[in-house]
Amino acid sequence: MSAHVEAHAHDDHGHHHKETFITKYIFSQDHKMIAKQYLITGLIMGVVGVLMSLMMRIQIAWPGEPNAFLETFLGKWAPDGVMSADIYLALVTIHGTIMVFFVLTAGLSGTFSNLLIPLQIGARDMASGFLNMVSYWLFFVSCVIMVASFFVEAGPAAAGWTIYPPLSALPMAQGGSGMGMTLWLTSMAIFIASSALGSLNYVVTVLNLRTKGMSMTRLPLTIWTFFVTAIIGIVSFPVLLSAALLLIMDRSFGTSFFLSDIFIQGEVLHYQGGSPVLFEHLFWFLGHPEVYIVLLPALGITSEIIATNSRKPIFGYRAMIASVLAIAFLSTIVWGHHMFVSGMNPFLGSVFTFTTLLIAIPSAVKAFNYITTLWKGNLQLNPAMLFSIGLVSTFITGGLTGIILGDSALDINVHDTYFVVAHFHLVMGISALYGFFAGVYHWFPKMFGRMMNKNLGYVHFWVTAVCAYGVFFPMHFIGMAGLPRRYYTNSAFPLFDDLSNVNVVITVFALVGGAFQIVFFYNFFSSIFYGKRAEQNPWKSNTLEWTTPVEHIHGNWPGEIPTVHRWAYDYSKPGHEDDFVPQDIPLKDGEEELQH
Amino acid sequence: MTALLSILVLVFIFVAIWQMVKIFDLTQTGKSNVNNQIANDNDNKVNGYLMIGFLIFIYVITIVCLIKYGDLPLLSNSASEHGPSVDRLMIISLLVIFFVQTITQFLLHYFAFKYRGQKGRKALFFADNNKLEAIWTIIPVIVLAGLIIQGLFTWTSIMNVDEESDPMVVELYAQQFNWKARYAGQDNALGKANVRLIDLDKANILGVDESDPNAKDDVIVTELHLPVGKPVLFKMRSQDVLHSAYMPHFRAQMNCVPGMITQFSFTPTKTTEEMRELPEIKDKVANINKIRTQNSQELIAKGEEALEPYEFDFLLLCNKICGTSHYNMQMKIVVETQEEFDAWMKEQKVFENSLNL
Repeated sequence: MSAHVEAHAHDDHGHHHKETFITKYIFSQDHKMIAKQYLITGLIMGVVGVLMSLMMRIQIAWPGEPNAFLETFLGKWAPDGVMSADIYLALVTIHGTIMVFFVLTAGLSGTFSNLLIPLQIGARDMASGFLNMVSYWLFFVSCVIMVASFFVEAGPAAAGWTIYPPLSALPMAQGGSGMGMTLWLTSMAIFIASSALGSLNYVVTVLNLRTKGMSMTRLPLTIWTFFVTAIIGIVSFPVLLSAALLLIMDRSFGTSFFLSDIFIQGEVLHYQGGSPVLFEHLFWFLGHPEVYIVLLPALGITSEIIATNSRKPIFGYRAMIASVLAIAFLSTIVWGHHMFVSGMNPFLGSVFTFTTLLIAIPSAVKAFNYITTLWKGNLQLNPAMLFSIGLVSTFITGGLTGIILGDSALDINVHDTYFVVAHFHLVMGISALYGFFAGVYHWFPKMFGRMMNKNLGYVHFWVTAVCAYGVFFPMHFIGMAGLPRRYYTNSAFPLFDDLSNVNVVITVFALVGGAFQIVFFYNFFSSIFYGKRAEQNPWKSNTLEWTTPVEHIHGNWPGEIPTVHRWAYDYSKPGHEDDFVPQDIPLKDGEEELQH
Repeated sequence: MTALLSILVLVFIFVAIWQMVKIFDLTQTGKSNVNNQIANDNDNKVNGYLMIGFLIFIYVITIVCLIKYGDLPLLSNSASEHGPSVDRLMIISLLVIFFVQTITQFLLHYFAFKYRGQKGRKALFFADNNKLEAIWTIIPVIVLAGLIIQGLFTWTSIMNVDEESDPMVVELYAQQFNWKARYAGQDNALGKANVRLIDLDKANILGVDESDPNAKDDVIVTELHLPVGKPVLFKMRSQDVLHSAYMPHFRAQMNCVPGMITQFSFTPTKTTEEMRELPEIKDKVANINKIRTQNSQELIAKGEEALEPYEFDFLLLCNKICGTSHYNMQMKIVVETQEEFDAWMKEQKVFENSLNL
């Protein structure tokens, strides 16, 4: 397959294929175009997901007060502008699903793995352009189905993004568990197929299509993280698929994998012998690695951007790879920390506490290495760099509270409270989102041949950064005050009345932060058409993607693929006049390649 | 109409941003490096200072949160025997977190400010240092080892049910969207139960096995009473979907899973009356009532009913998403002296007598 792509691509650059609009923009097999398709789709889904979170915040801050905004968007679900309890849970569910899977998995990984893997390893395209195209279109179909679930009679899935049965299995338990849940499961099954095709493609491409001289230890860290992420995806996503299939069996064919002894709405159901805890195990066997599927690509992007903009080698290249591998391995044996109070054997709780807290070690190594990379650098504070620094900041803030949640004894009391919401939004939500933004600002010139406006980028970053902390920092405290998450309103508990002010503050920050994303969208779309034309290597970066011409061509390089002579991080290397030495520059006489 | 207005507003915002960018670009003419959209020395300087500003913002928001919302009701005044050990571990963990957070955020933002780019300066080529890597691998290992060990000891002692202490057995029964409790009665043994035995006509709502002699003296209630100082062993059941029995004041939580029985045990150490007398709780209640009075005035102005004043009570909350009214699935818990408890228990009907025959 790879040889075929190679030969095919070689044919290309003498005489161009005749391309129709459809093969170029819609059913494209070119990795750069597929990356853009992922990006645009991911951004659109991002808008949908963020709007949902804003509607939830409005409801939490001002429960029961009529709101024209809610009435416009929710229609019959918000009679007279007051959101119903069912749709609140549906928003909780679909917001989580969209943000985790569609924006931060497919949107982030799909965009940058597709764009950067061939360009940074020196390949003409992905190992299989066709599978790549299929992967995108499956993703697109799953997005359409997920959004469509908002238009079914009884509403979309509303059992939380974790869709624990029996709530998700029984239509009589909840309106959303009827047609809405069927669509959710269908959408996710298609999504998993898309993810598997994409991941296999990434792994094969990285292993087989590296250019001459590009050894694994010369790979940029971006590629390392995409590579490891793809492997985690291949290992864990199929388990979710099996859980989804078993759930479909329980729902439609009367099996009892997850259900037993249920009495609901006046009747005993026939299910016997199954266990919801089994589902929890299967779900979190994907669910926890999923956190790292979301986060690792963002960390890879950040590694690249921080090194480039610090004009310094990334500190501890080997340690960074080792910590990514350690995180990847540990991520598959910690899922039980979501289940400390699920009723599983307390001894398992001890085991999972141990493995979970171990993850803090490679994470700490990464954080310190980023900080040391900044030390004595010559920092070019471009918007991408600001978002990367912001990522390190939220990664630390959010990651630290993991020490509490991973500790089974402490988790008893903060489990499923707003403390958890604050923790994971900071450490994987906001962090990964910052990685996404950083990547877009940094590689925009590569994708569209034009530059984004930096001043709008600055405004976008600073407002977002302040609002992100404003939203999620106080949430730790209302969580420690015992406020459970996923409550439609807190007014049923006078105990929490003194938290209503905080909730208003949080909502105001969320609304401002959400509104300022318009700045980004304006910048993004106007720069595609009217941005200043980019130079070939605007950030003076070492990696191979900047040796390709600004105008996109099939096969990426017009002539030979460059040969790689050094690692990606020879920034400010003594003995060189420039403060960067691209990977395709041969070593000078007597110059030693760093033994990293 | 609102949709149309929203679209119009969006268009105006886009035009406004466009205009602002235009104006900004015009003011920049004549300067070097016009409009190439790559950070120049001035950008580095401005954003470097903003980094320091942001660091201060992080510190300020931390301090404000600590002062305003920091009288964490879940870090003090625990009402169970194992509570203080959880709180101690929580405080140690929080101290570690605040310490690391303060230092690392300082380094991150200070470096971003201090080493902001200047034309002509060259960065230090510093790619690796095994000693440093070893330091920040080993330090977290030591700190985490300490936390893990203490955590595991605490966890084991909480989850380990001490049969010798002769705990009172109580069943917590969850259904959409309310709680019931079943006491084991004189024999301290719960009668067998299964949802298949539920018979609504006979008012056997928990599916208790009528033929089981242990069931005869069971007592089913909708308000949980506990004698102070006596260990309780909760056996949790659910009849429909997953629920979670969350009793924050006792640092207790366990899921209720249909088809299986889960358990959690603790010993209440303070009665409801004693809790109400604590100064922190009094302050909290006064504060909540102030807020409720204000809200009531608004309600009355709208012609609605006023809110009832709040009085402190222990609560059992549902903390696992369970459907429409999940947000209002609660049960009051009363902790009282043994005598009060016995008197209350005497008034309750035993299972045998509660059935419609």
